[in-house]
Amino acid sequence: MTLASVVIVGAGQAGFQVATSLRQEGYEGRITLIGDEPGLPYQRPPLSKAYLLGKIQDTNLLFRPADFYTAQRIDLLHDQVTAIDRQNRRVVLASGDAINYDHLVLATGAHNRPLPVPGAELPQVFGIKTKADADALAPLAKAARNVVVIGAGFIGLEFAAVAAALGANVHVLELAERPMARAVSREMSELFRQAHEQWGVHFDFREGLSRIDGDNGKVCAVQTADGRALPADLVVFGIGVIPNAQLATEAGLAIENGIKVDANLLTSDPRISALGDVANFPCLQNDEKHTRLESVQNAVDQARAVAARLMGKPAPYGALPWFWTDQGDLKLQIAGLSNGYDSTVVLGSAADKQLSVLCFRNDRLVAVESCNRMGDHMAARKILSRAPRLTAAEASAEGFDLKAWEAANRD
Amino acid sequence: MPTLTFIEHNGTAHQVKGDIGQSVMQAATFASVPGIPADCGGACSCATCHTYVDDAWLSKVQAAESMENDMLEYAFERRDNSRLSCQLIISEEMDGMVLHLPASQF
Repeated sequence: MTLASVVIVGAGQAGFQVATSLRQEGYEGRITLIGDEPGLPYQRPPLSKAYLLGKIQDTNLLFRPADFYTAQRIDLLHDQVTAIDRQNRRVVLASGDAINYDHLVLATGAHNRPLPVPGAELPQVFGIKTKADADALAPLAKAARNVVVIGAGFIGLEFAAVAAALGANVHVLELAERPMARAVSREMSELFRQAHEQWGVHFDFREGLSRIDGDNGKVCAVQTADGRALPADLVVFGIGVIPNAQLATEAGLAIENGIKVDANLLTSDPRISALGDVANFPCLQNDEKHTRLESVQNAVDQARAVAARLMGKPAPYGALPWFWTDQGDLKLQIAGLSNGYDSTVVLGSAADKQLSVLCFRNDRLVAVESCNRMGDHMAARKILSRAPRLTAAEASAEGFDLKAWEAANRD
Repeated sequence: MPTLTFIEHNGTAHQVKGDIGQSVMQAATFASVPGIPADCGGACSCATCHTYVDDAWLSKVQAAESMENDMLEYAFERRDNSRLSCQLIISEEMDGMVLHLPASQF
């Protein structure tokens, strides 16, 4: 199968990587990469942390400089795709143009779930998704005295750590009973709660908000669901994302929590792939249940898989998921998926802020969460990527060392 | 603008200009030096930007911090001069520095 034209919708991590990997694999045809944000494709993870603190300049957010796209013959278009015309195999752009494809790749990502309360439209209320968001937020974060963060997930807590470091009073509202409740174990949540509190962050768990109050068009307070007014001059929310599946829906592709794809990351139309945050794929590490992952690793590894398949090397996608978040002096790394774990073994010490939590399901290691124990994380990635598996009994032994176990159990 | 030389495992050399304050990893990826996937984008989270600093240049780079050391333990064929290039920030002193690439990053 020779493809004369591959069109990629979405120029985030996944879309960029598909284009790059196609060229690395030796693809000679036309590549069109369509993004609806201005400027060159960039990485998002620093937006809620190092970039806001001024530790990373904006040119260092870029994946590649402008001349890369010319040299690699990647046509980067700043436009919006308004429709997929599957019959004629072309995408229609807001500018009025249409581009033909032999294969279409949907890497449309996700957008922030909006804050569903009155006052969310005030200009000092932010989600963080794009560089434009971060650029508008940065000066307000530096000047803010009272910051209210809605949602104690990765993004909310990364920003809470930034705001605390910048000297603001920070108050976090979270509906669950602990931070990062959907992503990490109770033990790891507790370490992060304590660390944030040491940095001066105040938490209200099992608490939502009813509205955001403004005064002359400026945020002045957040009203909690239980009727308290928290002073605020800046509100940042991170309450999850919604996959950008509208184009695919309108094109009649199978949709289920994003764009539904098979193990090869193909949609219900064999000429269309989907990957990254928008793709709901049968996940090897989740009993092959359809799963949607929002991470750099997922975007990059799925992009490599799509590019390899388009170059005639198909293989079911099965890369090990891994994640990270940086908050203050804490680096949390997660290898594997802990869904449905039923027991844990803890290594290290929360007091020293060096902790690994091994998550087991039916006595099989399924995930390892590590805080400031990067060796454990890397060892976990090796162990989880292959047999033999580690049992909880072994890991519970006095003096157990994950790295040593990994080294002793190679092949 | 300091110039860095990356030598691939097969001997192919790439001369790359880097900006002061930029990471060595980024100078390499910006110039499309092959063999540095740098999956995490420079967050010291993936160990796929592993390089060997040429022995003559080791004195020009600061020692690795503990988290980089931990990650390097799992790099492919770690040596004494192994570094994660995302953690090497380019300075004037590095002008002319030579870095060697491992046979693999995984």
